[in-house]
Amino acid sequence: MSYLKLAPAFMESMRPVDVPFADGVAAELAAGDLVALSGVIYTGRDQTHRRLCELIDQGRDLPVDLAGQLLYYVGPTPAPPGRVIGAAGPTTSYRMDAYTPALLELGLAATMGKGPRSEPVREAMLANGAIYLASIGGAGAFLSRCIKKAELVAFADAGPEALFRFEVENFPAVVINDLAGNDFYRRHGRG
Amino acid sequence: MRAITHDEIRDRVAELAVDAACDLEPDILDALVAARDREESGLARDVLDLLLVNADMASRERLPVCQDTGVCTVFVEMGMEVRIEGDIRAAVEAGVEKGYREGFLRMSVCDPLTRKNTMTNTPPVVHFEPVPGDRLKITMLPKGCGSENMSALSMLPPSSGLDGIERFVVDTVVRAGSNPCPPVIVGVGIGGDFEMAALLAKKSLLRPVGEPSARQDLAELEARLLTAVNAAGCGVEGFGGSNTCLAVHASLYPSHIASLPVAVNIQCHAHRHKEVVI
Repeated sequence: MSYLKLAPAFMESMRPVDVPFADGVAAELAAGDLVALSGVIYTGRDQTHRRLCELIDQGRDLPVDLAGQLLYYVGPTPAPPGRVIGAAGPTTSYRMDAYTPALLELGLAATMGKGPRSEPVREAMLANGAIYLASIGGAGAFLSRCIKKAELVAFADAGPEALFRFEVENFPAVVINDLAGNDFYRRHGRG
Repeated sequence: MRAITHDEIRDRVAELAVDAACDLEPDILDALVAARDREESGLARDVLDLLLVNADMASRERLPVCQDTGVCTVFVEMGMEVRIEGDIRAAVEAGVEKGYREGFLRMSVCDPLTRKNTMTNTPPVVHFEPVPGDRLKITMLPKGCGSENMSALSMLPPSSGLDGIERFVVDTVVRAGSNPCPPVIVGVGIGGDFEMAALLAKKSLLRPVGEPSARQDLAELEARLLTAVNAAGCGVEGFGGSNTCLAVHASLYPSHIASLPVAVNIQCHAHRHKEVVI
């Protein structure tokens, strides 16, 4: 198909960033920056968040130490034979807003999904020194290729909502909320 | 009477489910290419390019275009000269389960209160409509909830008129912002009653992307709405630019003299739809 002739210039203009972030890197990232993430990230969406917050309320340990980590909001499709994972693009972030401040209190360094965050989440990010990124909604097949390893960590019974550990390479994202309090979406209508 | 078996319906629905998830139809691909060609923002153009590459990869590698393979909305037009051997609703459900399991699609259906996943992606939402003839036409519209969650319905007073309709549609789409994965397609249902307006809005999404309504005043309304939404500036994925919306499709049905129902159903750029005639 002719569509493949289009080389996404997007991919070439991105700043390579290792995850988890090295000291000081998050502070260098500004709203609107394009980044290519490489390293380890964790995943979670609605049920994962509900369960993590239940564990926090009960004073119990979480299945993974989120301090300094990036949490990616995704519910991937199952891996077909011979593949690491299925389609794995971002889900809409506002559904995680109710749970996010509690995770930021634990030192979570970044979240990634799509769509704007609530005022309380933006405030909690500033208070805890965390940033928020958006990846490309609806590009699940493309993003699948940027995931080199996927390992189930917890909540297997939640099916697509389980908590995974991903090893990613040049995973594209846009910085939405930076440490200076800027919001990239607010430059474009209501985001 | 022409006979169609349960198993044939099940197998065709299973194929439809997988094909719909992995292959975007030419109407949406053409609309994305046209949007890319007229887009002035460099970032938005690059993202549109990436979406076209994504569609191509999905099709060639049989991966879903988007991981949210959705709840299946299925429209079944049943020819009145067709005799179904077996339970057609059960056949459609069995087809959805088979397609989602064998096609490695995501199980995204749960109990609304306990949130427990049914792990079969069933039940689908199925609309049956008797039509003349001896054919069975099945249309699959698997819809993700980034966009579905941004949909809205209002029972406007008739005094609101065209202005009120326009305000409600534009407000709904602008408020949705980047959540439904713009550039979006907006289905608008005007009239009927409460549920008819919603059904009209959803069915409007199935019109070939960008094809105007056959009714002049409705086509003019669609054009005004498209311009107003794109002027608001959200853009591709909320990253700015002039392509928040690819098309507005509006449909209407007569309503009560006291009523003006208006429904807005938003569809993401991964506009997956597929039909088969048996």
